[in-house]
Amino acid sequence: MSQAELTMDEHSTSPMVGTAFSIPSKKLAMWLFIIADTMTFAACLVVYGFLRNGTANWPRPFHSITNVAIMTFILLTSSLTMLIGVRSARLGDKASAFRWTMVTAVLGIVFALLHIREWQGLIAEGMTLFKNPWGTGLFGASFFSITGLHLTHVVSGIIALLVVGVRYKGGRYNADDVEILGLYWHFVDLVWMFVVPLVYLLNLSH
Amino acid sequence: MTTAVQHKSDGIGKDLVIYVCLLALAGFQFLIAYQNLDSTQMLVRMLAVGCVEASLAVMFFMHLWSERRAFLVFVVVFTVAVLLGMQFGWTDSTRMVVGAPYSNVK
Repeated sequence: MSQAELTMDEHSTSPMVGTAFSIPSKKLAMWLFIIADTMTFAACLVVYGFLRNGTANWPRPFHSITNVAIMTFILLTSSLTMLIGVRSARLGDKASAFRWTMVTAVLGIVFALLHIREWQGLIAEGMTLFKNPWGTGLFGASFFSITGLHLTHVVSGIIALLVVGVRYKGGRYNADDVEILGLYWHFVDLVWMFVVPLVYLLNLSH
Repeated sequence: MTTAVQHKSDGIGKDLVIYVCLLALAGFQFLIAYQNLDSTQMLVRMLAVGCVEASLAVMFFMHLWSERRAFLVFVVVFTVAVLLGMQFGWTDSTRMVVGAPYSNVK
């Protein structure tokens, strides 16, 4: 056996070989995706803050926060239902895990519909990507970009919930997959905690 | 699956407590919006509350607290370092308002 083969053999049995941080590779991949996506959202929100701070006539078009408050409540509640689903999957209770995953998906759908209704209301008032009746046109671009990016994540999450839920029930996916999807869903919830104050609450007309 | 899973044997009570805390903190953000504060003060307070909310969600809903300490440190240090690195431009945004060429301020 050559020295090179000996070295390779030593490496293959080394205790250092394995996934980073002793975390399963799929879960680590999801965490790395979440970190990368955090940077994306943070960049969007920082640019938004930069524009808002640097623009004199920034609009404050929101009169009521009722819709946003309901949306926040629904999204937070969906995180709890996702937790229950993951816990059920861990305990091997397939029916319960499927049920709670579907409840989470339904809550996500309600959130997305309320979000679209919010958009429709603003569009009906004359707001587009490039202009609005209240001030600088940058507001529409930044508002639709940030909330649109979040809504895209929510819709992707809903599709993933439906797919993973059904496949978990059918035995093609296991509890690990449900848990990894749970990480993504909580992240979507987490981002909303920053979108609401920065995009909605700071632009509330008093 | 991981160390996080091994710590999930406790009941749902803790998750419910975290959920109620998150709801309360979200409500607090809405209350701040109706305070008579200038934009900077309002932003700082809302972001502070948002950071507490995010920490609770990451640590307990996403079970980062139950993962290996090395992974927790990696996620927190890396993420916070990059997020802080993004904050270098704020003074320049102020310059846009108080100076030329694109400001609308008279």
